[in-house]
Formats: sequence, structure tokens, C-alpha cells
Amino acid sequence: MSEKLYNNLLFQSIFLMSFLILVGLLIPNWLVFVITKAIAYGLVGLGIITLMRGGLVSFGQGFVFGIGGYTAGLLGTQAGLTDAMLLLFISFLFTGLVGLIIAPLLARYRDIFFAMLSLAFSMVLYGILIKIDAIGGSDGFVLPESTYFGIKPSSEYADYVLYVVAIIMTGFISILLRYYYDSTPGLIALAVRENELRVEYLGSSAFNVAVLNFTIAAGLGGMGGALNGIALGHIDPEFTYWTTSGEFVFISILAGYLSVPAVFLAALLLELVRSFSGRYFPDTWQLILGLFLILSIIFIPSGIGSFFKQFFDRLKKSK
Amino acid sequence: MVDEILTIVLDGAIYASWLFIVALGLTFVFGVLKILNIAHGGIYALGAYSTATLVPIFYSLGMPEQLVILAMLVSALAVAIVITPIMERGILRRFYGQDEVLIVLVTYAIYLVLEDVQKLIWGMNSLYVSEPRELLGALEFGSLYYVGYDLALIGLAIFCGLFLWFVLNKTQSGKIVLAVIHNPEISGCMGVNINKVYLAAFFIGAFLAALAGSFTAPLISVQVGISVAVVIESFAVVIIGGLGSIPGAVIGALIIGMARAACVHKLPEAEIFIMYFCMAGMLIFKPKGLFQGAQARKI
Repeated sequence: MSEKLYNNLLFQSIFLMSFLILVGLLIPNWLVFVITKAIAYGLVGLGIITLMRGGLVSFGQGFVFGIGGYTAGLLGTQAGLTDAMLLLFISFLFTGLVGLIIAPLLARYRDIFFAMLSLAFSMVLYGILIKIDAIGGSDGFVLPESTYFGIKPSSEYADYVLYVVAIIMTGFISILLRYYYDSTPGLIALAVRENELRVEYLGSSAFNVAVLNFTIAAGLGGMGGALNGIALGHIDPEFTYWTTSGEFVFISILAGYLSVPAVFLAALLLELVRSFSGRYFPDTWQLILGLFLILSIIFIPSGIGSFFKQFFDRLKKSK
Repeated sequence: MVDEILTIVLDGAIYASWLFIVALGLTFVFGVLKILNIAHGGIYALGAYSTATLVPIFYSLGMPEQLVILAMLVSALAVAIVITPIMERGILRRFYGQDEVLIVLVTYAIYLVLEDVQKLIWGMNSLYVSEPRELLGALEFGSLYYVGYDLALIGLAIFCGLFLWFVLNKTQSGKIVLAVIHNPEISGCMGVNINKVYLAAFFIGAFLAALAGSFTAPLISVQVGISVAVVIESFAVVIIGGLGSIPGAVIGALIIGMARAACVHKLPEAEIFIMYFCMAGMLIFKPKGLFQGAQARKI
């Protein structure tokens, strides 16, 4: 059964990606930018979803978001590396490595303590970043314009090219993640979520699951940070601030842990609410965002993903 | 040298008492309701704003100067009376028993709303109410001068802590609260009205946050964004002391207060992240904080 399903999944994803790339040509430039930012935030949210499947929620993903962003930024300004794809990939690997190093420390904790320790890490990084004047302190710094295979696109197409790159890279990462979620270690994570102690009695290690998931989440968060930095063309310590981390948690709660595409939909919703309320109600956008948060938690407690799942389950049944 | 140590200790103690009053409310609310309330910082800011509004009105009425403390208490009380029904009855009650992290996110949303409510009511300008600070004159320690009002904050913090401790441990209603903290279900079966206890506990927590805000208002310029720092600082305190523990909040506030005062005088670069550093260090070595007992794992 699985062979057919996976072929199907690959086909669906490539179809969706091509569709989005074509749509990108038709929609206005600002929307392309908003979607690119939503993909960046969605990547971080995807990392939290991966953790959530193992029963953990990190309230400090700003930590990896910031590391990814600064990695891409420093490589760009200090080493002169401007190829966007390379920057995204290196940020992914490097932040994943950082994640792997601190994961054993974090993986011992659960619930609110995990959330708080990850928050503490992100705030320590924030405190350090705003004090290092060599990289702009609290103002951050500007990234050089990015290139693609050595070519620098003209400024009117720069946003669109980045959008295409983001969709392709994120699309393939999402497919890989789906495979991972349905693999044995991915399913053990769900069991850990249900009952950690029983999983350990059955011979699997909840600790290893948490380490693996945190490492993946770190890599994804780093890539999201790099993409966000490249899209904005600017990086500052705000990337690691706790309010930024709060937005990531919101995306993942709004999406729920069942579906991968739901994460990007949730991120897009957040970005749209933010840009519209920022544009039309510049003084009260936080109020609108807050009310949107509360209402969506009240009315969709298990996330948008649960709608997706219900829909596809019904589709399968009717076949 | 002696002067320097004395400065650090006094500065640290003043800062710690301010932190303690905020953290006391936060830790008490967590102890009873199991909610880590990010919006606590927002309530703090509301307290500061309402004092900045009420105190000038108070003076313009020609009331005696000494009673200004009363006006500050009233403004804190007013904030707690308005905010408690909206937050606890209106929003948080829907989420009891759900995942702790989900509730943290809900309070984060409320925090965002409160941020803009402040802007809508009081605008973007800074407000100043420095008059109450001159009330108690200055005190001299060797070659150092301290404003009496600042030192009185230490007394206020001690009073708040002792009062809450006394109510919890020595009165009947306090013991009921302790029973609810220990096990809400069984207390409910014994005839305790848990909803009332939750409401009262949240009210006390909100009042303490607003109180800290209104007594800090004379020391600072009350403006947009004063709540952001408070959130993480009070989090650090309760994490160090152990969530839900009053003695823990005392120790946590003292550690952070002293560490910060020492940094300000000796190593100003580290001032911002010293408390996050303390918090991370404590979580790594003693994840449940200093005053958190062992808990059984549920199978």
C-alpha cells in the first residue's frame, strides 16, 4: 500500500510546487514577498511540529532562527558567499549541528520546563547579540544581494527567484519529513507523546527521539532564519527575541501536528493577518493578532491539520 | 571598597524587591491555576499607567500629600478588579486542564492585546509621576545617598511576601487554597468551590502585578514597552526558585537582583543577559528550581 501512496505523494507535491511557481508569476510582488516570509516562518513551525509529535513544544525557536539568519548573514558579509541556495543549505546544516550539540541537554526535560529552557537559550543568545557591536549590535546588519548559480537577478525579479528557490527547497524538505514522520522512529515519537514510560518499557529510547527531533527542528529553524534574512535583506537580534518565538509556537498550534502543508497555510495566515493589520491598523496590529490567536485557539483547538485529515479520510472512504 | 559593596547590596535589594512583588503574583497564579501567565507583564504595565493617571488627578483634588500611597493602592486595585473577570472568567477558564504550553500561548495572545490596549488608552507619549518618590526624603549611608521611597520598596516586598505566606498557612481560607493546589479534584469533592478559589487566586496575582507596576511608576517614565522586559525577568525569578514556590521567589529575586546590581557596577556589558544566564544555568543543574519537591511519574 505504501509504495503507491508515496508515489502519489511525490506526484502531488511536485504538482503543487509547479502550481505555486506559476501562480507566483501572476500575483503582485508584495504577495510573493509575503509568501516567501510565510515559508520561512513555516519552516520553523515545521520544526516545532516535529517536536510536538514527540510531545515537546519549544518556546525558544528564535534561538535557531537567529543562528540560521546570522550564519547566512555573516557568510554573506564576511566570506562574500552570496549564493542563496548555498546559504540556505549551509545554515540548515550548521544550525542542525548546533541543535545536535545542545539537544542532549534539552532532551532531559518535558512540558513547561523544556519550553522554558529553550526560551532561556534564545534569550541568552539575544543578550549576547545585542552586545556585539562588530555585527551591528541591536541594529543588526544588511545582507549583500543574493545570487543564484553566480547570476544576480535584476531587482524586479529578485523576490520571485527567491520565492521559486524557497518553494523548491521547502517542497523537497516537506516530502522528506513526511517520509520521516511515517518511518519507525517518526512513529515512535507519536508513541512517546502518548506515553513515554511505556515506550521505554518496550525498549525504545524517548531521549533519543527527543534528540533526533530537536536536531531536525534546529536545522529547519536555521534554514527558516536564513530564508527570512535573505528575503528581508537585513538581520537583527529581534530574530531571537521571545516574541518571535511566540509566533512560531502559534503557527504550529494553529496548524496542529497532523499535516505538513497545514503548517505553511498557518504561517501564511499569520503573515497575511500581520501585513493587513499592519497596513490598515498600524497602531493596533498586535491587538488584532492577539484576538486572532485567541479565537483560533478557541475554535480550532486541534489545528487546521485536523480539517485536512478529516477531509482526506473522507475522500479515502468514498473511494 | 566597602562603599562599592554596600552600593551593590542596596541596589540589588531594591531591584530584587521590585522583581519579587511581580514574581510573587506570577508564581502564586502558577501554583494555584497551573498557568504560566505571560500577560502578567501586561497587567504590571496597566498598573503603572493607571497610577500615572490617577496620581495627578489625586493631586489636583488638593488631597494631603501623604495619602498619595492610597491613590496608588486604589489604582492597582482598580486594574485587578477590571482585568480579573475578563481574563480569568472570560478567556482562561475555557482552557483549564489543557496542555500547559497551549495556555502559555493563550496568555501570550492576551499579552499582545494588552500591549495595544495601553496604546489605545494612553497613547504613545511617556507619562511621569515622580512626586511620590520625594515623599520620604533621602537617607544617608556613609557617603551614599538613597531615596527613602526606593528603600521603602524593600519593606513593601517583605510585607507582601509575609502577608501572602501568613494567609496561606495560618488562615482557613489559605489552607483551602493549599488544598486546591495539592489536588483540585479531591478538594472539589470535599465541597470546595474551586472556581471561586481560582478566581480569588488570579485576582491576588493580578493585584500584585498591578501593585508592582503602580509603585514602580514614580521611578521610571511610563511608556509603551515597559512590560516586555518584566515578563522574562519575572519568568527567570520563578524558574530559579521553582514554579509555584514563595520562598523560591524570594531566593530567585535576590539572586537575579544581586547578580544584576553586581553587573551594573562591575561588568556593564553583561547586564542584559546575566539573568537569562542564571535562568539557563539553574534549569540545567536543577531543572525544577530550588524549591520544587520530587514528583511521582504517572504511568
